[in-house]
Amino acid sequence: MAITKKDVEHAAMLARLELSEDEKVTYTSQLDSILKYVENLRSVSTDGIEPTAHVVPVKISLREDNVKESLVQDEALANAPEKANGCFKVSRIIE
Amino acid sequence: MELYNLTIHQLNEKLVKREITSSELTEIFLKRIEGVDGKIKAYLTITPEDALMQARDADKRLVSARDITLLTGIPISVKDIFCTKGIRTTCASKILNNFIPPYDAAVIKKLKDAGAIILGKNNMDEFAMGSSTENSAFFVTRNPWDTERVPGGSSGGSAASVAAGECAASIGTDTGGSIRQPASCCGIVGLKPTYGRVSRYGMIAFASSLDQAGPMTKDVMDCAIMLNIMAGYDPMDSTSIDTPVPDYTKALTGNIKGLRIGIPKEYFVEGLDDNVEKAVMGAVEVLKKQGASIVDISLPHTDYAIAVYYLVATAEASSNLARYDGVKYGCRAKDSKNLMDMYCKTRDEGFGAEVKRRIMLGTYSLSAGYYDAYYKKASQVRTLIKRDFEEAFKICDVIVTPTSPTPAFKIGEKTADPLTMYLSDIFTISCNLAGIPGISIPCGFTNDNLPIGLQILGRPLDEETVLRTAYAYEQAADWHKKRARL
Repeated sequence: MAITKKDVEHAAMLARLELSEDEKVTYTSQLDSILKYVENLRSVSTDGIEPTAHVVPVKISLREDNVKESLVQDEALANAPEKANGCFKVSRIIE
Repeated sequence: MELYNLTIHQLNEKLVKREITSSELTEIFLKRIEGVDGKIKAYLTITPEDALMQARDADKRLVSARDITLLTGIPISVKDIFCTKGIRTTCASKILNNFIPPYDAAVIKKLKDAGAIILGKNNMDEFAMGSSTENSAFFVTRNPWDTERVPGGSSGGSAASVAAGECAASIGTDTGGSIRQPASCCGIVGLKPTYGRVSRYGMIAFASSLDQAGPMTKDVMDCAIMLNIMAGYDPMDSTSIDTPVPDYTKALTGNIKGLRIGIPKEYFVEGLDDNVEKAVMGAVEVLKKQGASIVDISLPHTDYAIAVYYLVATAEASSNLARYDGVKYGCRAKDSKNLMDMYCKTRDEGFGAEVKRRIMLGTYSLSAGYYDAYYKKASQVRTLIKRDFEEAFKICDVIVTPTSPTPAFKIGEKTADPLTMYLSDIFTISCNLAGIPGISIPCGFTNDNLPIGLQILGRPLDEETVLRTAYAYEQAADWHKKRARL
């Protein structure tokens, strides 16, 4: 299952990456060789084997609904590339 | 020996006896950084004013002899992956070039509360993706033992700063070997604790089911001292484990009589450097002489670990790095046509080649039609790798292997082919997939005077046996007293 430039363009779109033509060519061949390498997993029988997503049991952490100190608005916005009226500002999304 | 070459426990003695103040010590380390960091480039950011202010507070604590720990007044460095309140935190990426966190990571807070002095933030591979620190968006860090060579990675700046005497100790993170492999390359001690032993809160995420923070130090005692402070449950990290933290320094008895050491045959194969093999087998002999017994074991799924890792880690990374969208923090590309265009341009400009490659691989393998063949399959084989260790630990107490198949390689040697670089993590990756603790300690030098690392792996939450074994070897072998000449 060879990876094509079209596959790379599709993944780049999903990942929100604007790749140059050069990058598309490089990643097509590099991803292809990495994916060929990982095909060795096919030789492992995994019928009935549960997948491991986490090695420790992850429980949902809940706490009492008490008001606690949190970041104030100025601190939360301090790193924003653009802000306006106490909000993060982006370009218009509804034409 | 120069003060900057001393360990935490040696410096603590001098601080407590008032032979030196923390302020004086901090000045000594700052001067050392000024003297050698132009050559080594271990630091992305140096924070002298903050450090000296912390040192004055530490001195007050030391004078009153109240509320002091073994770390009070000790100058350390930290990998630039940990959020530090008010201090630029870049993760060695252009996309976070101007990011100033409004809070401290849990580990940073613990170290500060203990009285440690933070000298600055260490260089690393961008977003911890790499094994040589060559993937930093800013500059390459050099190995103090041979400045033509890499310090390993991704915590290469941390390892180099310890080896060069630019701090007393440091902290790094380890997703597939990023503490242990650079520790091995730089001739220092590096521990990756059990997954969940140390809080990940405020540690910039790469692969959340594998990432773990740990100490990087000049000897095993220092490693135990640091872990005592770093470990523990944190309600802010839902994967942190809620079990009591023992005093790890108590485990350093020097006695390993009756300890069963497993040697996995899959780790002594083609591609293993002769010098490394000789040093590791020599270390096994030393452990045997101290009363440990050797058990031949098998970890049959070792060959699949790299493939599993590069599917699991990239899948998690593609999701974790979605947050860098140019909206809430970090850089934003100029002159974009609309929101979508802004996202795509920002991410293309902000991420380096290796980060993009991994985001692409993760996105592809999670995308419609490929999920079962790649991510799910890898997660199932991960279960088998974990079971390999569970089986092995029925007949042995620790597993001993080389940390890395080769000593530090030359700068530029492995940058052309990503797969070759990935293979340098072949002995460290399984430990993260299984979630178990692992340490790298110095076990000798090559003919070219490059450090070699010994890896000791243990059962989940059994850092004590890992440290006990490491300490017994270290005290018998004495490699930890050698320092790089600069």
